Amino acid sequence: MMPAIRTEGLSKAFTLHLQGGTRIPVLGGVDLAVHPGECVALWGPSGAGKSTLMRCLYGNYGAGAGRIMLRHGAGEIDLVSADPRDVIAARRETLGYVSQFLRVIPRVATRDIVAEPMIARGVPREEALARGTALLHRLNLPERLHGLPPATFSGGEQQRVNLARGFAPGYPVLLLDEPTASLDAANRAVVMALINEAKAAGTAIIGIFHDAEVREAVADRLFEVLPHQDAA
Amino acid sequence: MNTSEAPSASGATTLEGYNFAYLDEATKRMIRRALLKAVAIPGHQIPFGGREMPLPYGWGTGGIQVTASILGPEDRLKVIDQGSDDTTNAISIRRFFTRVAGVATTEHTAEASVIQTRHRIPERLLREDQIMVYQVPQPEPLFRLEPRRVETKRLHALADYGLMHVRLYEDIARLGHIAKAYDYPVMVNGRYLMSPSPIPAFDNPKMDRMPALQLFGAGREKRIYAIPPYTDVRSLDFEDHPFRPIRAPQACALCGSRDTYLDEVITDDRGGRLFVCSDTDFCAERQADAAKEAAE
Amino acid sequence: MTTPLLTAEGLNLHFGAIAALRDVAIDITAGEVVAIVGESGSGKTTLLRVLSGLMAPDSGTVRWLGQDVHAMGEAARRRLMRTDWGFVHQNPRDGLRLAVSAGGNVGERLMAVGARHYGNIRGEALSWLAKVEIDATRIDDLPRTFSGGMQQRLQIARTLVTRPKLVFMDEPTGGLDVSVQARLLDLIRSLSRELGLAVLIVTHDIAAARLLADRILVMRRGEVVEQGLTDRVLDDPQHPYTQLLVSSVLAA
Repeated sequence: MMPAIRTEGLSKAFTLHLQGGTRIPVLGGVDLAVHPGECVALWGPSGAGKSTLMRCLYGNYGAGAGRIMLRHGAGEIDLVSADPRDVIAARRETLGYVSQFLRVIPRVATRDIVAEPMIARGVPREEALARGTALLHRLNLPERLHGLPPATFSGGEQQRVNLARGFAPGYPVLLLDEPTASLDAANRAVVMALINEAKAAGTAIIGIFHDAEVREAVADRLFEVLPHQDAA
Repeated sequence: MNTSEAPSASGATTLEGYNFAYLDEATKRMIRRALLKAVAIPGHQIPFGGREMPLPYGWGTGGIQVTASILGPEDRLKVIDQGSDDTTNAISIRRFFTRVAGVATTEHTAEASVIQTRHRIPERLLREDQIMVYQVPQPEPLFRLEPRRVETKRLHALADYGLMHVRLYEDIARLGHIAKAYDYPVMVNGRYLMSPSPIPAFDNPKMDRMPALQLFGAGREKRIYAIPPYTDVRSLDFEDHPFRPIRAPQACALCGSRDTYLDEVITDDRGGRLFVCSDTDFCAERQADAAKEAAE
Repeated sequence: MTTPLLTAEGLNLHFGAIAALRDVAIDITAGEVVAIVGESGSGKTTLLRVLSGLMAPDSGTVRWLGQDVHAMGEAARRRLMRTDWGFVHQNPRDGLRLAVSAGGNVGERLMAVGARHYGNIRGEALSWLAKVEIDATRIDDLPRTFSGGMQQRLQIARTLVTRPKLVFMDEPTGGLDVSVQARLLDLIRSLSRELGLAVLIVTHDIAAARLLADRILVMRRGEVVEQGLTDRVLDDPQHPYTQLLVSSVLAA
């Protein structure tokens, strides 16, 4: 079976021009392949580049070398070299990302933030709102918060908004960056259930899970990210 | 001042030492060229080298120059001001042409070959062998909306007249109807937006497909424009607020007419008032006809 | 990928010895929001003026659906400006008629393209005032009685009423209070999505660019030094100038 997403020789370094051009290599020659229905946990010490790899996979960071091939539509696109418009289309249709922090949009209500990616994929507005609301309920976010912009929400509440937004559309590939970091046990269980349901539905998942219990419950295998040899 | 006067063909005395109809022949040719251009592009304003006239601006110097350029010795001139032949302005212009051109004059619309006007179009239908000359204070219909002359020229060139409709929209929004009662903008030949000069909107429909040639002269602004005979002239409006020629809903106190434009005359200081035809010649004819019928 | 609406190549423009544009290329496709960022004097407003046909480049071409914008006649360009294009000025006074009511301002573009039914024009004006969150009771008021933020929203309504395909915006939140800016940005964001508008927005506000734009171009001294996906350019800037620009923004 063809992987849903794979990297070939992916390398990433940062050049800090404001600090005399210091070059910080982070990733070197990463080869990762994740198949539909599979959940891979990135594993490695802090600062080894797990988050950097996640951001590269989303196209949020560029890459110095290598390719990131994403199964998208009828074919594959290379997120490293693709036109930005194609990356945007891939993010709309294929590739979801739940970051640790919600980027709050001024004045937009929680239920609209959750519905937005579904509407962008062509889901009718009413249906998108209904699906989003159901998911927010499942994540125990009280109804009275659904009409408010999440700017004033607690960290845990914001994270649940983020999770609902990421899970609701049903992307074929989902990237999860510490999805349970600020959640209580009950909500952690909900997230584990969501991940397992997504896997069963054929979603390929790559995650960073610091919580061992969650990791063991959802990950099929670990992918080790080691500090780059050249790193100082 | 002692000026010598000689008898003219029409029997009146003409001033010596002036060219026929006051303007020199070179100036007349220049104005005629502008007129030909104006006729060729109906409704389009043509600049011309307007001359100083022995009357102040606002007294019809534009119309006078146009009349002077088209007048021949055989012409018969009628001058009206507010529909009347006997206001100061009408009389002085008529006298001017009597003295510098020696042409015959008339107060009867039917007898005139050239009619110079301010503020009205005669009620009687005009003929192909007649010419209307309008005195125009402000030839630019967009003047109050767009003060930059360069920009209004561009708007005309591009037939970009949304702005004029904005003005009409504003009237309806504020007053419930289009408030322009005179100088009501028209589209000429489906192409150029034109100011019809300060005639009442009531007269606008008379311009449409008029058999007579219509010439417009603006002296201070030095612009000439024209409507050739039988040209389409449409008053701007909205589909749901169509143009309506408005007149006082009365009958003329003198001739009884119910379809002519009326002037309101205050008869005393106790609020007494009277509505009479603004076109004095037309009214007088109707009264004469009625008297004749009554006599028969 | 769909064919771009607007394509510009090899744009150069000098003001005396100063290069305002240096070999700039850009294209924009239907429905995408592209931000041009850079500091004052970087050439971003000049680029907007050249792209919208208001200013001619020394060399290079700008094409709208394949047609050379600078070779077409003024009549065609103006027609474009009031149909397929819109322009939102930094100062609403440059984009509004201050002596004409709010409704008249919104209706003008409709009337310019031939709308002649007062009731329909007024209905459209009301619906657009609602879209930009201006109370219907203000429809007959003059814009000079509006606050700066309202004037800017009115300008946007006036521009979008004819459903343009591409809107040029020059620092649309420029002179506004921060709270007012957020509301306006949100409005631009939701309207552009709802209508599938392509927007080319010039701004020096990095946060606004991040919120609105799919793609971003970073300009410096007339040159595009970096461009790409908005979040990639802002989170992983490559060019020294972009790194400086991004690091100079206060986090909020």
